[in-house]
Amino acid sequence: MAYAAGVDVGSTQTKAVVINEKGEIVGRSLIDTGANVMAAAQNSFNKALDMGKIPDEDVEYVVGTGYGRYKVTFGNTQITEISCHGRGAVHMFPDTRTVIDMGGQDSKAIRVSPDGEIVDFCMNDKCAAGTGRFLGAASSALDIPLDELGPTALDSDKPVRISTTCTVFAESEILAWLGKGKKVEDILWGVHLSIASRSIGLLRRVGIEDQITFTGGVARNTGMIKSLEEGMGKKVNVSEESHFMGALGAALFALDHIFASRKPAKKEVA
Amino acid sequence: MSETIQTTPEELVGRGNKEGANLFRQWFQDLSSPAVQESGGAYVFVMGSLNEILKSFDFPVVFPEINSLQTAVRRVAPGFLNIAEDYGYSPDICGYVKADVAMQLQGGKHPMGTIPKPKIAVLTNACNTYIKWAEIWERMYDIPIFTVDIPGTRAEGTQTWQGDPGFELDKKYVVEQLKELITLCEKVSGQKFDIDKLREVLEFSNGMARGWKTVLELNKSRPALFNALTDGTIFLGMANGFRGTKVGSDYFTRLAEEMEFKSANGIGTLTEEQFRLFFVGVPCYPIFRRFNEFFTDWGGVFVHSTYLWFASGGSNLGFEYNLEDPIDSLAEGLLISVRDAMDSMFHHQTATVELADSFHIDGVVYHPIKSCRTVSTGLADGRRHLMKHNKNLATLFLESDMMDQRVVTEAQMKNRVDAFFEGLISRRQTAKAS
Repeated sequence: MAYAAGVDVGSTQTKAVVINEKGEIVGRSLIDTGANVMAAAQNSFNKALDMGKIPDEDVEYVVGTGYGRYKVTFGNTQITEISCHGRGAVHMFPDTRTVIDMGGQDSKAIRVSPDGEIVDFCMNDKCAAGTGRFLGAASSALDIPLDELGPTALDSDKPVRISTTCTVFAESEILAWLGKGKKVEDILWGVHLSIASRSIGLLRRVGIEDQITFTGGVARNTGMIKSLEEGMGKKVNVSEESHFMGALGAALFALDHIFASRKPAKKEVA
Repeated sequence: MSETIQTTPEELVGRGNKEGANLFRQWFQDLSSPAVQESGGAYVFVMGSLNEILKSFDFPVVFPEINSLQTAVRRVAPGFLNIAEDYGYSPDICGYVKADVAMQLQGGKHPMGTIPKPKIAVLTNACNTYIKWAEIWERMYDIPIFTVDIPGTRAEGTQTWQGDPGFELDKKYVVEQLKELITLCEKVSGQKFDIDKLREVLEFSNGMARGWKTVLELNKSRPALFNALTDGTIFLGMANGFRGTKVGSDYFTRLAEEMEFKSANGIGTLTEEQFRLFFVGVPCYPIFRRFNEFFTDWGGVFVHSTYLWFASGGSNLGFEYNLEDPIDSLAEGLLISVRDAMDSMFHHQTATVELADSFHIDGVVYHPIKSCRTVSTGLADGRRHLMKHNKNLATLFLESDMMDQRVVTEAQMKNRVDAFFEGLISRRQTAKAS
């Protein structure tokens, strides 16, 4: 049995996924990227191997993805996370036509064909306002752990309007709303709606087609899922593996390579 | 051209770039003389430069847009932009304007030499910023500015041509303005207008137009003979700075000769051309070479661009003046070329769809820029139109600026370009498999 792996070196976290020849996940890991990007890639890969109890030499092909993909020095090739998230999303939800990926510092809207081919994509521009970083700023300003932001926001009944489009200024705006006596849950729901609004804007640029799959670390946030669904008036697919979708897509591309290299050469017909 | 016969292939290939770079450098150096003598120059813009009239009065012609983009290419633009912003200009104002203002505030000091101050500024309405920009010089130096109002296309596909009543009325309107301009030039230069001198200048412009049109057409060749983004910018510098001169006319004749040779011998600008691309917008000058490498690294080459249309002031059309009736013909050429320059910014979508076939284009790259609303606003519409009418074409939208490094994020940009090529490769594989 051969294995394929994908290592997604993101701006905040590094993810690794190892799959078997059936495309099933047999090992995965998630660690903070930190300052040593090469070490993060290696450590994440090693942890994924440990989880699946897979010897290093059994992994035939490794694809690096994410902003640090060229730092996956043990990888065989690199593919952008745009292609990888599209591929991963279609693998998990085959009817996916639109993907929204929210990571630490960028968001992507991706339109895919039925076979997972990228038809169009669009990313947040020069600002992290529609990304996980915006939630990080809220978490810091309100002193609430990241994983409690969504559930807290869902208790809101009167969201405030976060008007700034700058992550840095958002923190000031949150503090200003606190100063006006607004409830934390209302401020947080306002933050979620603000992020959702920018992300839906990206989705509209590529065209929203059913089904929509939500990937990336922020997809774990229940408030973000609800705010996106309310904003679009559509349900979104969210996988247990949403955080690993880029690494999974990379691993699937690696598997393609393994299969392609095994194809026997066509015999000449006399 | 006996000289051509004696030229070896080694000397011929790449000659246009070498000669263009040298002449362009010399052109900047020549501007230093009126700067030192404080005799001033005529400031003009690339869209509707009226170089022909100004050259007939022997004005040294200054292109502030070219001065500004050179600061970005030479990586000194941040300092220039800071000076203008410290002076009070907003970060959102056109980077070309701010680099020029900074240069004026520093007495014309520029990385390519010293630029003379304006003694007249001549512009068209092809860009609304031109008008506000010229007003800055008017206030700074108390000089006359002259705006030629060119009637543009009323709606896409409604262009009128010679003989149409609407066209003749528009032309008459331009002719009257040119006569006013000539009177002003006589006053500023102290020289009497010489129509034979204008004829001579127009003849050189005709030579340049013939060569330029041929060069652009020849890039339909596979592989592409030149890169529209990098080599094309050298050609544009020549098309603007040397318009109406013998040097300019000869240059484009020789450039066409080089391209014909390359075409006949299958010599491309890339050794292995994989993808043919069309560029819409203004180049990313702060990382000019690197930006192009994002594409050439994947075997992508820009075979054409809207920039080669509007930044040559519409001279790509190859319009040739009738020397029997210089003023009337100049008005006609100005009307057609400036209108085309505006159309290539505002109505590029139809041309892009048509050009995709004849130039065998695989993908279109749109580059909206923060500095310029005029050229960037309609790009999203153009892209949607293209995607609707040609579903086989891949498109890429890259946002940055032509001057301001602060909004050019290389890592993000490269990521998008890489994903664009991954998509192109995947499309090609799918098409091959089916």
